[in-house]
Amino acid sequence: MLRDWLGHHHGGHDSPVHRLPAAAKLWTALTIIAGTVLVPWDWHAWFIAVAALLSLAALLSRIAIGFLLRRLLLLSPFVLGVVLVNALHASVHGSWPALAARSGICLFTVVLLANTTTFGKILSALRSARVPALLVTTLALMHRYLFVLLDESERMRRARASRTFQRQRRVRWHLLGTVVGQLFVRASERAERIYAAMCARGWK
Amino acid sequence: MHIPDGFLDGKTAATAAALSAVGVGLALRQVRRELPPRRMPLLGLSAAFLFAAQMVNFPVAGGTSGHLVGGVLVAALLGPSAAIIVLAAVLIVQCFLFADGGVSALGANLFNMGILGAGGGYLVYRLVSSQLRGLRGQVTGVAFGGWIATVLASIGCAGELAWSHTIAWTVAFPMMAGVHMVIGIGEGLIGALAFVAIARTRPEIVAERTPASGGTVPSGILRYGLLVALGLAVFVAPFACPWPDGLESVAAKLGFAGNATSAIVHAPVPDYRLPGIHSAASATALAGALGTVAVFGLALLLGRILVRKPVRKSTKDPSC
Repeated sequence: MLRDWLGHHHGGHDSPVHRLPAAAKLWTALTIIAGTVLVPWDWHAWFIAVAALLSLAALLSRIAIGFLLRRLLLLSPFVLGVVLVNALHASVHGSWPALAARSGICLFTVVLLANTTTFGKILSALRSARVPALLVTTLALMHRYLFVLLDESERMRRARASRTFQRQRRVRWHLLGTVVGQLFVRASERAERIYAAMCARGWK
Repeated sequence: MHIPDGFLDGKTAATAAALSAVGVGLALRQVRRELPPRRMPLLGLSAAFLFAAQMVNFPVAGGTSGHLVGGVLVAALLGPSAAIIVLAAVLIVQCFLFADGGVSALGANLFNMGILGAGGGYLVYRLVSSQLRGLRGQVTGVAFGGWIATVLASIGCAGELAWSHTIAWTVAFPMMAGVHMVIGIGEGLIGALAFVAIARTRPEIVAERTPASGGTVPSGILRYGLLVALGLAVFVAPFACPWPDGLESVAAKLGFAGNATSAIVHAPVPDYRLPGIHSAASATALAGALGTVAVFGLALLLGRILVRKPVRKSTKDPSC
């Protein structure tokens, strides 16, 4: 279930949008986001042009529109909440439709980017943009072991659920803390093994 | 607490991005200097751990649930510089891979949860654990630091949203700070319980930090403290400060465009001119101070309970 929520659409998918160089996509996305955030709301041409470009890219990418919209809806509760608050309390400038449009466009851009570009390619684009190597290595390791640790925590949750019968409140809190602590212990033990493996393969 | 795109205007996003770039730059330099290569994979694994741990929801009063941010926990385990890098990695992956938190708001989110959360929270943790010796002090520090970090991050978030005129400060501040004063109790509790669990299974992970951090970190601490103070001065002080003159001079000093300055200065003033707001403001401040003292007492109690009886299950649960 977790995997469904987090999963992306780029296994086995191929389209002109998928094949574009990652760096170009990344910088285009960043430009679109920066422009959408900075441009004043009465520049309707910008918003229309960006919306047209994004819909074209979405069509060309051959990702199911339903999937993209579902992802958008899943991510927007906070946006909807603030838009609602803003609609009720008239604020100084920037009406709530502008807020909704801006957030929507940016969210859609990121969803599209993430679903047409693998993270590894984004990382190599970052590396060639001279992002510090330590940060890129950390990101790469994190992405590599993210799903391993998510599976590990899922196994721990299942093991715990099959062994505990009573779910008193304070026991539940204690268990949550123990699970988090245990997860860290396992992660740090795994880090030691990874370092040994890296050295064995001639790292550095 | 992840701010999406479109909620911050250019000046706020740029200021926050600059502050967090400085913070991450400092952290990278510090880590490169003092982290042994053998610990390098631990950064990536800790980031993956934090991501997985943030998926664990805990119940908050009233049917809602919060989740761990974990900045102070990681800072207590790995040191503040490593924690800032770990949080940066987590936020970058959440932003680009899962579209959780905006790209243009990445700087702000990183400032709130990384610099204010991990850096500011670590300051509190150090302060408490230097006063109270041993594991008990550390546990109390993680609990209290976690609460402070959550509240600080929410106040920073409210200040940024208000500075961008997305939500008025008078709405954003009570909403964000109020909710997170409750969520923060859960954060502190889970952090402390996890810390105790780690200390029990692998005491050397916890013990390793204590002597090392005593010797080398103070200069780093000072830098993060400065950054935290600077951020609070920029994002929060203009709204919390009741004197228009101070406000005006801050705005002028930072060199905003004329229209931006007038918008910033004129918007909050009517609120502060209202009769009786002074007593309300001091009442809020008093309530905040009392709440902080109460939470510190709870953290102290938690440390005492968790550490004195190592094998018994914990009993303190103030939030439910």
